[in-house]
Amino acid sequence: MATAEHILVALVEDKPGVLNRVSSLLRRRNFNIDSIAVGHTEQPNLSRMTFVVHGDDAKIEQVRKQLDKVIEVVKIVDITNNNPVARELALLKVKTTASTRSEIIQIVDIFRANIVDVSADSVIVEVTGDEEKVDSLLELLRGFGIKEMARTGRIALPRGSVAPLLVEEIRMPEQPSKPLSSEAESPPDW
Amino acid sequence: MKKTGAQILCESLIKEGVEVIFGYPGGTVLPLYDTLPQYPQLRHILVRHEQCAAHAADSYARATGKAGVCLATSGPGATNLVTGIANACLDSSPIVAITGQVATPFIGKDAFQEIDITGITLPITKHNHLVLDVGELARVVKEAFYIAQAGKPGPVLIDIPRDVFQQEAEFVYPEKVDLPGYKPTLFGHPAQIKRAAEMTNGAVRPIIIAGRGVIISQAFAELRELAEKAQIPVITTLLGIGCFPETHVLSFGMLGMHGMAYANKAVDNADVIIAIGMRFDDRATGIVSAFAPRASVIHIDIDPAEIGKNVRVDVPIVGDVKNILEALNKQIVPRDHIDWFNQLDQWRQEHPAIEIRDSEGLLPQYVIRQIYEVTQGNAIIVTGVGQNQMWAAQFFFYDKPNGLISSGGLGTMGFELPGAVGAKVGRPDETVWCIAGDGGFQMTIQELATIVQENIDVKIAIINNGYLGMVRQWQELFYKRRYVHTQLSGPDFVKIAEAYGLPALRVKDKREVTSAIEKAMEHQGPFLIDFVVEPEENVFPIVPPGATLVQAIEMPKPEIVTPSS
Repeated sequence: MATAEHILVALVEDKPGVLNRVSSLLRRRNFNIDSIAVGHTEQPNLSRMTFVVHGDDAKIEQVRKQLDKVIEVVKIVDITNNNPVARELALLKVKTTASTRSEIIQIVDIFRANIVDVSADSVIVEVTGDEEKVDSLLELLRGFGIKEMARTGRIALPRGSVAPLLVEEIRMPEQPSKPLSSEAESPPDW
Repeated sequence: MKKTGAQILCESLIKEGVEVIFGYPGGTVLPLYDTLPQYPQLRHILVRHEQCAAHAADSYARATGKAGVCLATSGPGATNLVTGIANACLDSSPIVAITGQVATPFIGKDAFQEIDITGITLPITKHNHLVLDVGELARVVKEAFYIAQAGKPGPVLIDIPRDVFQQEAEFVYPEKVDLPGYKPTLFGHPAQIKRAAEMTNGAVRPIIIAGRGVIISQAFAELRELAEKAQIPVITTLLGIGCFPETHVLSFGMLGMHGMAYANKAVDNADVIIAIGMRFDDRATGIVSAFAPRASVIHIDIDPAEIGKNVRVDVPIVGDVKNILEALNKQIVPRDHIDWFNQLDQWRQEHPAIEIRDSEGLLPQYVIRQIYEVTQGNAIIVTGVGQNQMWAAQFFFYDKPNGLISSGGLGTMGFELPGAVGAKVGRPDETVWCIAGDGGFQMTIQELATIVQENIDVKIAIINNGYLGMVRQWQELFYKRRYVHTQLSGPDFVKIAEAYGLPALRVKDKREVTSAIEKAMEHQGPFLIDFVVEPEENVFPIVPPGATLVQAIEMPKPEIVTPSS
C-alpha cells in the first residue's frame, strides 16, 4: 500500500510525563515520526500535539489507535483529509558580510520573512510557512552559510467550520457494565 | 479526621474489595508495613522475591477476575517486579502494583534504593503514577483499580514516596473516576454486528477462534450459544483454553504453533472466521501473510488497536465480548454445516491430534493425562513455559471455565510456582496443580518457602527431563541436534522440598504415576512430585518458524514392523 504523509492532532491532558509517554510509545511501536509539536490550547489543562507521520493507511491507523490508548490522550484525529492549514516556524542564523547583507535582506523580503536580530557577522531570520516555503528559503540562504537553525515542526488546523478536537464537555467515563469484582467469586456455569 | 498516606492507601484498597496483598517489605515502604496491622482484613502474603509477588497477583487476578495487588519497596524491590508486570501486561491481567519510592526531597538525587520505576514500567503498564501529594493518593488508587480492570485489563503501577505514606490528609474516597481520555467502548456497533451476523449466516465453512477475552468478559454461555446455534466449531488460542468445554462435540482444539493439525487445517480452509477476544499473536497465526487465506474475518475485541494490527479484518467489532455476543446471537440463524463437519471429521481422523505414543518409559504426556484422570478435570492448572506448558495445554481436557493459567504473551519461565500460589489464594476451594519444568522451577524455587509458611495447598508436578526442553527441541529440529547449553543439572527436588518442609515423591516408573498423584491429592497441604521423564521427548505438532499453520511437523509415525522381520 502506498505511503503518504498524514497529520494527526491530539488533545492531551496537561500532566507531567505525557510527552514522555507518547514518545516512548512511538519508539517502541517502531513508528517513525517526522515531527511532533506541543503547545497549549484554548482550553486550560489541555495541550495539543501535532504529529507528522509517513506510512500506509494501516500504519497510520495503528499510530492513531495506539496513541489513543495513552490514558492522558483525550482525543486524536487524522486531519489530513480536512484540508488543513499547516505551518511551521524556523529561525535561521545566517552568516553575513557587508557585501552579502543586502542580498540576504532582499531574499528575506521576497519570502515575507523577518530579520529579528542583526550582528556584525550574522542575522537571525524568522520565517513562518508551510514546509516547502521554509525549505525553499533555507535552500536560498544556504549559500551564505547557515550557522545555526531551529525549526518547530508543524502545527495544523483544519480549514472551515470543522473542529474535530472541540471538546464541548468532558464527560465522566462509563463504568464497566458489570462489577468485575463481585461476580467473579463464583464463576458461572457453561 | 486526618489520616496518613499509609492509612489512606490501606482504606482505599479495602474500598476496592482487596483481600490479599502479595508483597515484600523494605525501607521506603516501612511506614506502610507499620500500618498494615491496623487493617487485619488485608491479608499480606510474604513472597521470597518480588517478581513472584507480581506473578502471584497476576495469577490471582486471572483466577478470580478481581484485580491482584502486589507491593514492593523502592529500587531493587521495584525492578524485581518488572518481569511480573510485563507478564501481566502482555496477557491483559489486571494488577495494581504498589512500589515505595524515596522521600520526595531525594527524588532525582540517585538516593539509596532510588530508581525511576514509573519510567522503567512506562512501556509495560497500562498506566502508572508517581504520587507527589498525599491529597491525590485516594484518587490515584481509585483510578488505578478502574484502569486496571476496565476495557482491556492490564497492570497499573502506583509509586509512593516514603514521606507521602507519612503525610496526612482528609480521607475521602472518590465515588467516580474522571478520566476524559479513557472511555472504553463496551457495546459493539449495531451495523457491524448486523454485518457479522449476515456473514456468519451465509458461511459455508465457518470457525470460531476464541481467546482469553471470552474468559475476561465471562462470556462462556454466550460463546456456547453462538457455537451451538450456528453449529460452528470452536478453536481456541492457548490463553483461550478454558473458554469452551474441551469435551464438547464442537470443541476443535487449539490452533497455532503447537495446535492440533486438524484445527490449523480448519483455519486454513475456513471461509469465515469469527475471532473473539484474541489478538492474532504470531504463535497462533504462523506466518501471517499466509494465515487463513480463504477466510473473511470478523474480529471482536475490546481494544480497537488490536483490530487490523496483525491480520486484515473484514468486519471489526469493538466492545465487550459478552455484550457483543448477546447482540449477535439474536441475529444468528440456526444452521448445521453438515458438509463442513464431515470434512473436519475426516481431517480429525487423518491427523489424530494428540496421542500418547507407546512407550515403556515415563512420558510427560502420560503424566499430564493422569493428572487429568485423577482430578477428573476438576483442577486449575498453572503451567510454566515451554514443553511442560504445551503438554499441559494438549493432554488435559479443560471442561471448566478458566481452568488453565499460563504465561502466554511474555512466555515467562518461573511463572508456574508463584502463579499457583496466586490461583490457590484466589480460589481456595479449587484443587490447584502447578505443572513445572525443571528449568523454570529453578527460577522461582524459593517460593516453596512462601507455600510452606502460608500453608498454601498447591500440588506441584515437576516434569523433569534434565533439559531446557523446548529450546533443546528447537536445537534438535532446527539446529542439527547441537544441544548448546540446554542440558541442565538440577538439585534433588525431593530433598529440596523436604528441606523447605513439604512432602515430596520422585516418580521414574510409569506404573507409579497414578498412585503418586493420588497420594498428593489425599495429602492435606502442599505436595511435590518430581517426575523424571524421557529426556528427549518432543512436543508435536510443531509449526516451524517462518512456516504456515498447515506446514506443521507432526509426530513421526511409528515404523511398521511386519511379523516376518
